[in-house]
Amino acid sequence: MLARLPRLSLVLLALIVLGAILVPWISPYDYATPDWDSLNLSLQWRSGHLLGTDDLGRDLLVRLMWGCRISLLVALLASFTSLFIGVLWGVTAGYLGGRTDAWMMRSVDVLYSLPFIPFVIVLTVIFGRDIVLLFIAIGAVSWLDIARIVRGQTLTLRQREFIEAARVGGMRPAQIIRRHIIPNLMGIVIVYLTLTIPTVILVEAFLSFLGLGAQSPLTSLGVLIADGASQMRAQPRLLICPSVLLALIVYCSNRIGDALRDVFDPASGRGHE
Amino acid sequence: MRCVMSLILPPVAAMSEPLLRVDGLSIHYPGPGGPVAVVDGVSLALERGRILGIAGESGSGKTQLLLALLGLVPGAGRVTGSVRLNGEQVVGAPDSRLQRLRGDRVAMVFQDPMTALNPQLRIGLQLTEVLAWHRSLKGARARERATEMLASVGLAEPALLLERYPHELSGGMRQRVMIAMALLCEPDLLLADEPTTALDVTVQAQVLDLLGELRDRLGMAILLVTHDLGVIAQVADEVAVMQGGRIIERGDVVGLFAAPQEPYTQRLLAAARRLEIPVGVPA
Repeated sequence: MLARLPRLSLVLLALIVLGAILVPWISPYDYATPDWDSLNLSLQWRSGHLLGTDDLGRDLLVRLMWGCRISLLVALLASFTSLFIGVLWGVTAGYLGGRTDAWMMRSVDVLYSLPFIPFVIVLTVIFGRDIVLLFIAIGAVSWLDIARIVRGQTLTLRQREFIEAARVGGMRPAQIIRRHIIPNLMGIVIVYLTLTIPTVILVEAFLSFLGLGAQSPLTSLGVLIADGASQMRAQPRLLICPSVLLALIVYCSNRIGDALRDVFDPASGRGHE
Repeated sequence: MRCVMSLILPPVAAMSEPLLRVDGLSIHYPGPGGPVAVVDGVSLALERGRILGIAGESGSGKTQLLLALLGLVPGAGRVTGSVRLNGEQVVGAPDSRLQRLRGDRVAMVFQDPMTALNPQLRIGLQLTEVLAWHRSLKGARARERATEMLASVGLAEPALLLERYPHELSGGMRQRVMIAMALLCEPDLLLADEPTTALDVTVQAQVLDLLGELRDRLGMAILLVTHDLGVIAQVADEVAVMQGGRIIERGDVVGLFAAPQEPYTQRLLAAARRLEIPVGVPA
């Protein structure tokens, strides 16, 4: 399976993730403490700041890695939460069918109709600006897609004969869902996860750009891009570096997601391995 | 083992009643002009160790009848009448009771073993799951039992088979696995819904022989549903012909095939014979 994935994207993403995980231990600088001797340093190898510093003298490379760390963390947490809720919701609705299904999916429709940005703004008004809030807001809306996809898939699986065979074998609905339906959903779920993560990263960046996400001195890719944008005439590197990094992460995960979809696609003739 | 046990200690109800007794069973589905009967007043009885073949064309209600025996008629269907298995009423019984019955006292073999096995799970897992649920057998003991059962349906190297996925097996092997899975709990009644239709002719004969042999060895009753009269002629003791949801004619296989009374049965037999002519008689 690994052989069919895009190698360059895998390596790049692995490096970025590794850097984001290890940054508190490997970086000589702190993401928050200014280096007063080197404000607004441009690219200078000798100073020890590989990508220079920002207007407060904080090392850009370290802030990039911290930004990645926060962005990826929010993305992973939000994706897994939405996956968990979405799969359970979709499988239950799809398998039970009838009135339960109708009620569950109508509530998904209702949540779908919530306008996202006003929703987040209302949340910040009530709870204050917080990274946790960001995570809840993203999680609350992104499970809807997964629930719909999983429900559709469950509806077709439910018609399959091996589900009938399990019922004839005396299995209870909970057992059938756990042993027979969810394993058969795993392919599509994994693919969807790899495609959800970059979407969530983008949403996070977007909200942080608007100032609704991570709060200074903590940073995320969106915050870095917003900071960079404010000085893009004087210090274009402050905008370019985080933007390129964001684009790389999103591109690599999308590539991997597409490749995974091909791997799991039954039509490619190698279904499950 | 089970039949010896039941000789010594027969269940009270089994003394007077056959294993399976169906009385006036009807299934109605809502239609545009009122309820439509897909099974209409079917009555039949089946003793231990007998094979009853049910013949009929598509849409005659054969499969619906089987589902009703398991209490699995889809939501919209309304079931009336009585199905008694070992003296116990199935129609209207609570789900928890039926779930204990299914796979344990009654088991079913499906038409297409490719679609009736979960493509994502190893054979071993699918077999031991049944044992864990009905017999509380887990781990090595469950695997041992599964291996035994695979061997007894004539599969070579059963221990290795446990690690395989369904798509790695041939059609005949898959159907044997299906049968092994159905027999794990030594059911009293085996329902076979077109068990040979999806198989090629040589494998068909093997599977039918296997069913006959298992019947002799385990003393269970088999209800064999098929549109193929040749299959019924080969293994069944009795035959019932269904048309439009009713049983229109029944009898022992030899007698009924020799002298069919109903015009529909005559036509059915004639059609089957006509198909055989090019094979049997060189032109």
